[in-house]
Amino acid sequence: MVDLNIDLNGLQLKNPVMTASGTFGYGEEFMDFFDIARLGGVLVKGTTLNHREGNPYPRMAETPQGMLNAVGLQNKGVRYFADKIYPRIKDIKTNMLVNVSGSTIEDYVETAEIVNELDNIPGIELNISCPNVKEGGMAFGTSCPSAVAVVEAVRKVYQKHMMVKLSPNVTNISEIAKAVEDAGADSVSLINTLLGMAINAKTRRPLLSTITGGLSGPAVKPVALRMVWQVAQVVKIPIVGMGGIMNATDAVEFMLAGASAIQVGTANFVDPMVTVKIVDGLKQYCEDNGFDKVSDLVGAMIVD
Amino acid sequence: MKKYIDDFTVLSNERLNHEYVVLNLKHPSQLPDMLPGQFVEVKVENGPNTFLRRPISIHDIDKDQNTMKLLVQEIGEGTRLMGELKEGDKLNLVYPLGNSFSLPEKKRVLLVGGGCGIAPLLFMGRYLKANGVKPQFLLGARTKEGIIALEEFKKLGEVHITTEDGSLGTKGFVIHHPVVKTQTPEIDMIYTCGPEVMMKVVAKYAGNHGIKCEVSLENSMACGFGACLVCVTDTIDGNKCTCTDGPVFDSTYLKW
Repeated sequence: MVDLNIDLNGLQLKNPVMTASGTFGYGEEFMDFFDIARLGGVLVKGTTLNHREGNPYPRMAETPQGMLNAVGLQNKGVRYFADKIYPRIKDIKTNMLVNVSGSTIEDYVETAEIVNELDNIPGIELNISCPNVKEGGMAFGTSCPSAVAVVEAVRKVYQKHMMVKLSPNVTNISEIAKAVEDAGADSVSLINTLLGMAINAKTRRPLLSTITGGLSGPAVKPVALRMVWQVAQVVKIPIVGMGGIMNATDAVEFMLAGASAIQVGTANFVDPMVTVKIVDGLKQYCEDNGFDKVSDLVGAMIVD
Repeated sequence: MKKYIDDFTVLSNERLNHEYVVLNLKHPSQLPDMLPGQFVEVKVENGPNTFLRRPISIHDIDKDQNTMKLLVQEIGEGTRLMGELKEGDKLNLVYPLGNSFSLPEKKRVLLVGGGCGIAPLLFMGRYLKANGVKPQFLLGARTKEGIIALEEFKKLGEVHITTEDGSLGTKGFVIHHPVVKTQTPEIDMIYTCGPEVMMKVVAKYAGNHGIKCEVSLENSMACGFGACLVCVTDTIDGNKCTCTDGPVFDSTYLKW
């Protein structure tokens, strides 16, 4: 019997498989397909202090082995979440974590304070890496001083698990990871989407209304894997790895590179049941390869 | 309505002309209830550049045979691969998705389709007929090659045709067909699906004449069930997902 449990710096996961924010709605959208309580955790849609309409259509372009999106954090604001959505999802038997984003430090702080009051939300993912908003978002996550400022400010008001989601659109992700660890993060998740763009040669126009957007899917996996491995060399807090994970083998690779848990994002659009298949596949991998505990995979890459 | 993921078997892939095929798909057991206007998300295998599923309207349903038809216009790599499917091939679908057309208050309706937008109107016509409403179709295309599945529509009701080059039916756009004017005092509902420019003209006409109008949008999608929020359309209530709040919208709800 393989032990799939992961202790994510105090946050207990029944298995390492979580869903990436913005790809899984509030979990409810997937309940027709499978019991989402089988997952280690669910990161709900990016939440901001106030209602956001997001960017105009078109917001998505399919690209080789991936897609670009420019949704722009469309959501009804944290108070709507607390009043209307939280009561519907609070009894789901897995870790329902809220991805928190903002345009100013005050926004992040106020949003986190409201989420802190929700008993059945055991943690937040601080999104300092959204590439699709004009103000805030990625701007905070691309320099050490601004990343530290947000994390320290939220740390003062938020007592539960604080995961910080890092941007790959930086020169040195290890520096940022180390800085947010020192500022009080309980874990780091990476990578958010890579800034990209697509043009229609026939119409000579960009495919996204915002011209640039965030690239995700298997196309980004090697970059994500490299960044997880680099960050694992410098931080002691656990890493949640993501970027193009489509199956259990991909998940194993992220764990071998140093991730304690993983998030599945874009793959949910292609196969809504992919996450449970990855849970089963991780168990199978451990059985086939003589691992009693899935946590033994973390950082177990062999370098001869 | 509960959503499912299943492998369907291709019973036939009928080529209508150089750009359209009709896929007839068999469900592994019993087809659940589905409504006209709804769509499926098709997993296209083996496309070097296709990654996401393809949202395709439900063209027709045969509950007795547990079969579903999809009308596919080959416009890109994904749809071209669907055009190459052979009898016996498996096709993975997420279905049924989206809302549906509503039934009219009274009994006279006009269904206006353009190009591949005729796809959901066949299923809707069958549904209307089953509910005691006599469907009347107005189908438009650039040339006669674009007027497809004509015999199927004729089985359900009267069919009027326009082509831009005049190669079949009345020359011009759908809105120029005389039936529009003659039927205006009679009808209380227009259902339309097709190019956005056509639907906008039809919706505007309906609005000017006090006729309720439902339009079916075909925005590009990733998931198809409300998780990714990429397929939004601008409405009087802000951005709404075409996949879950649509694809069918009352035309007055859209900011057109």
